[in-house]
Amino acid sequence: MLAQQLVNGLTLGSTYALVALGFTLVFGILGMINFAHGEIFMLGAYMALLLVTVGKLGIFWALIGGMVGAAILGMLIERVSFRPLRKVSILAPLISTIGLSIFLRSLAQIVFGAESTRFPVNIKTEFYQVGPFQISLLQIIILAISFGLMSVFQVFIQKTKVGKAMRATSESLYTAGLLGIPVDRIILLSFAVASALGGVAGVLVGLNFNAISPLMGKMVGLKGLTIIILGGMGNITGAMVGGLFLGFVEVLSVGYLTSSYRDAVAFALMFLVLLIRPTGLFGRVAK
Amino acid sequence: MFDAYTSQVLTFIGINSILALSLYITALAGQLSVGHAAFMGIGAYTSALLMAKLGWPFFLTTACGAVAGGFFGFCIGLPTLRLKDLYLAIATLAFNIIWVVMVMNIEAFGGALGIFNVPKVTNNWIVYLSLGVLLLSFYRLQDSRMGRAFRAIEEDEDAARAMGVNAVYYKVYAFTLGAFLAAYAGALYAHFVTFISPHDFEVDRSIEILLFVVLGGGQTFIGPVVGAVLLTLAPEVLRFLAEYRLLVYGLMFVVIMLIRHEGLIEEDTISWKRWSRWLRREGDASPP
Repeated sequence: MLAQQLVNGLTLGSTYALVALGFTLVFGILGMINFAHGEIFMLGAYMALLLVTVGKLGIFWALIGGMVGAAILGMLIERVSFRPLRKVSILAPLISTIGLSIFLRSLAQIVFGAESTRFPVNIKTEFYQVGPFQISLLQIIILAISFGLMSVFQVFIQKTKVGKAMRATSESLYTAGLLGIPVDRIILLSFAVASALGGVAGVLVGLNFNAISPLMGKMVGLKGLTIIILGGMGNITGAMVGGLFLGFVEVLSVGYLTSSYRDAVAFALMFLVLLIRPTGLFGRVAK
Repeated sequence: MFDAYTSQVLTFIGINSILALSLYITALAGQLSVGHAAFMGIGAYTSALLMAKLGWPFFLTTACGAVAGGFFGFCIGLPTLRLKDLYLAIATLAFNIIWVVMVMNIEAFGGALGIFNVPKVTNNWIVYLSLGVLLLSFYRLQDSRMGRAFRAIEEDEDAARAMGVNAVYYKVYAFTLGAFLAAYAGALYAHFVTFISPHDFEVDRSIEILLFVVLGGGQTFIGPVVGAVLLTLAPEVLRFLAEYRLLVYGLMFVVIMLIRHEGLIEEDTISWKRWSRWLRREGDASPP
């Protein structure tokens, strides 16, 4: 039983990790939170849904479509909420993205209806036995994609020139600019990458639970915040570890406590961490 | 005097104004709280339950509700002193969510369904009298020792400490007071709408209160009230938009941040000197 929960936790956690990565990327570079990230996650799922139902494309293209669509949306958000406002105050982009999240959520509700929609999964429900663990084909796919993306991302950020530019910009925007890094473009790119990851996570969650709704972004967005607090804001490894950790904790709390406390657990944990270590477990000193 | 509908809107405007001011006072000392709805809920539930279970009179239950809110404000404000800006905001957000989940799971408080048949005692006299007292207090606060201490802490906490301002005392005070006022507003709310549930006090509500202050302007105490008035009226005015209401509401904030991010009321807007200079066309005067 516990073994099964671990597998479930890992699967859920890997999707959380992707969302958290998106948050932490933006925070690392700008020191700000994109409150609409949860809605990007949600819209990624819906874009994939459209591609599968209307476009009659396979799940592979749905994933790509979700990623690309989310990336474009993220870049738009950067242009509207962050570029004009980030020099002006810390609060203004925050409020703007809160407004955007309300806007996007109601837009989705109008267009897609407020209820949950089934995600048309055409993956056979096969189970494989690996030692004490029972894992489904769907879970394998989700894990492969999330860990695959996280590895690609790690390589990108550590080994490529653009990745280095992004790291430099997150150390110090000003200095990076002085050194000739096109800061505005790097920020735009970070948003694109962050949102792409969020969008993919949306599709994966839709696959995992076989249901998507316009409200799915809200809770996930808030949990993404708790994850980056746990893992340290701006810290990429922290975001991934934190996401997995939250996945485990949630699944275990549903299994061993009542499910109604599930959401509170994440936030209670985060609150405790904040009291002990105000900048998160792996965090550095606040910007 | 007014018809039932107008009277109701006025009551909500009054209660929301008190809520906006309750957030403003914590923000004055440099602490941004995104969890004020929880304190509101504490006041609402305490007052409703005391009246239902013990039959206490309105003034007593409201007072207890406010004190309960203040108590929790103290409990949250003290350990979170070290948290800055965004971290504090997220911590208060977490508190809000945890509170809601806890209340939903306690059957004695009505669980997820909430409490029905709360006696309707609140009327516009009570609300506006309270608001009046509050506004007067804020006006007097500006030039008082506490008001200046708050401002100093908000500008630069370290410098304020260096100048001998007891930041811990004032920050906790501001937080407790804010929670106290929010809880008071919550009690008024409960005895007006007669039915409360945990969902009335979720993060959405906290964000709504935050928006009052942000929209109206956080530089003066008039700002939050203006924000509360406008945002309480907005859903009524936008009612014709039906299901597109929230779309416009969300978009409104994006637009306002682009056009006037400090909020509608700046320090200049209510400065007599500024207006008279503009009216008299002195020098390079521009409208406030």
